[in-house]
Amino acid sequence: MKRRDFLKATLGGTAATLCTTAEARPNLEPAPEAVGMLFDSTLCVGCKACVSICKELNDMPPVTDNEQQIWDSARDLSGETLNVIKVYKDGDAKTKDAEINGYCFEKRSCMHCVDPGCVSVCPCTAMRQHKVTGIVTHHADVCIGCRNCMVGCPYNVPQFEYNELFGQIQKCQMCNQAGLERVDKGQMTGCAEVCPTGATLFGPRKALLQEAKHRMQLKPGEIYNYPRGDVSKPYSHHEKEVPAYRDHIWGEKEAGGTSVMHISSVPFDKLGMPAVGDRSAASVAETVQHSIYSFMALPAVALAGLTYVVRRNTDDDNDGGES
Amino acid sequence: MVGIEIDYSEVEKRLGVSRRTFLKFCTGVAASLGLSTHAAVAMANAVADPKRRPPVIWLHGQECTGPTEALLRSEQPSMEHLILDLISLDYHQTLDAGAGHQVEDIKKKSMLENKGKYLLVIEGAIPIKDNGIYCKIAGETMLDLTHEAAANAAAIVAYGSCASWGGVQSASPNPTGATGAPQVLKDKTVVTIPGCPPNPANFIGTVLYFVTYGKLPPIDDKGRPKWAYGRLIHENCYRRPHFDAGRFANEFGDEGHQKGYCLYKLGCKGPETYNNCPSLEYNNVGGGVWPVGVGHPCFGCSEGGVGFEKPMFSLADVKTHTPPNMFPAIETREASGTMTAGAAALAGVAVGAAIGATAMGAKKLDEKEGKQE
Repeated sequence: MKRRDFLKATLGGTAATLCTTAEARPNLEPAPEAVGMLFDSTLCVGCKACVSICKELNDMPPVTDNEQQIWDSARDLSGETLNVIKVYKDGDAKTKDAEINGYCFEKRSCMHCVDPGCVSVCPCTAMRQHKVTGIVTHHADVCIGCRNCMVGCPYNVPQFEYNELFGQIQKCQMCNQAGLERVDKGQMTGCAEVCPTGATLFGPRKALLQEAKHRMQLKPGEIYNYPRGDVSKPYSHHEKEVPAYRDHIWGEKEAGGTSVMHISSVPFDKLGMPAVGDRSAASVAETVQHSIYSFMALPAVALAGLTYVVRRNTDDDNDGGES
Repeated sequence: MVGIEIDYSEVEKRLGVSRRTFLKFCTGVAASLGLSTHAAVAMANAVADPKRRPPVIWLHGQECTGPTEALLRSEQPSMEHLILDLISLDYHQTLDAGAGHQVEDIKKKSMLENKGKYLLVIEGAIPIKDNGIYCKIAGETMLDLTHEAAANAAAIVAYGSCASWGGVQSASPNPTGATGAPQVLKDKTVVTIPGCPPNPANFIGTVLYFVTYGKLPPIDDKGRPKWAYGRLIHENCYRRPHFDAGRFANEFGDEGHQKGYCLYKLGCKGPETYNNCPSLEYNNVGGGVWPVGVGHPCFGCSEGGVGFEKPMFSLADVKTHTPPNMFPAIETREASGTMTAGAAALAGVAVGAAIGATAMGAKKLDEKEGKQE
């Protein structure tokens, strides 16, 4: 076989496979029964009850700045902190929920993406998304510790226990990991249960989205009866003046949507939310990956290229030889 | 107090208390003001000297006499006895033995004789609507009486929430235009002792400070003495650890309520009310006698715009957590999990080196074969 013919055949075959399979994978759709949480930044008073109960339920130690300090003061998510309340402040920081000269609180915990990057990049299905609840869980028994999930998450959520000898990946699993299973037992997440203002609200994603949209439509200044606990069966309510919400529900569409959604009166880029488009990174990456690997296309192209290099470099031997 | 010799026999006779009880009282007041024992001695001296007793004109406006009633029931050793002798109470509508023209004449006489030296205490709100006709004493409006008495006062104290910011009658729709003394006497410094009723300790402490040092204690922008109203109730509340740990009473009588959990969810206004109730409790009765102590959320009685204004069980705006107060900023990261620019560059170098090595390897393959030829 002539070198020319071989290359022609290889390239032709590759092109054919690429043409037939290069169809973009769309974003995953939220599961119809997916559960989630709604964090309303304007309701949060910064009591950190959610941080406290999270540590208790997940049996995690307080994170302190020094040995003298006995209270938890985690600065960000880590292998020992799955949920943290952070503050945005500007100027004199006197007015709550004001973008200029104001402050507001923002919760950092797993967003439980509808199309999770961490699940997509995990090479050994240690990161899984539950088909019914949509909860993203981590299974340490199969994890190889590659930490791809940490890079694959736009929210910096999966964290590695760097301080442990046999460290593992840690992330919020919506209190539904093996051994706790609060959601399976019909309970709500710990943070939603203890939140005194209903700033963290648990419930079906659909109902939460509806609630968030309803709040966007309320007039600032009118009194609204805010639910606490589970949006579908709140254990109590409290009345409060409606703040001037931004007309933006973070997690409705961002990167394919999230099950944990945020609303606020301060723009989300000020609250440290990453600039992700509507398309999930997982869908883009999987489109590329699955296309170039379909029918072994990438290995075939690579083999062709290598063959070409080798043949070119050894061309003199074979020229006119008995091939 | 060793080495200080003051003749207290006069005081003992005049006040009807023992020297020991008297000094204990002065030390207690000095301590609650955050002052030293030296200040307690100074106070004892001031009280022991009858010439320094300032005359007091005490006005009542729209109110329930709660502040005076609270003062009369103080549990300090014969406090009402002491306070009535400590100051020369020349005019007080509730406590005066006389009545009618007699007391009004005494008041006018005292104000004239002690021009610029008397202490004016205002109790109750001052209605200003329709020229103040909604509250009249001896044929004159409270508004006129206040201005008249304030003109030559050495110091003015607004005692109680009504006098401090209007109180219950100033709540919407406020038909009489009830107003606090600081708003009526805009050009004067008015010390306010808000509360409904106010803690007599806050009043006595402030008056004793005035008697001792001849000036008023440091006050905040609302005229409140900082020693008493410098902190939120929430800051010193003994239920605060429950708040921080997320343990709340959800309804009256539930498990959390029985266990003494935080009352924030029941509408406690402690997080937006400045007062010293958690440290002093009420009227020295002890045993947790103040609303939060007995299991009821703080009502915000001493805070204008909160007490009588906000619904009793609506959630308070938590003021403690105004940043910076132990919160990480949005951009703060724990020192792990993110790839730094340096690490990314190193990784790039590694990838580049691998590609280069492969290319060189292929080249060498060529050279080797060439040599073999």
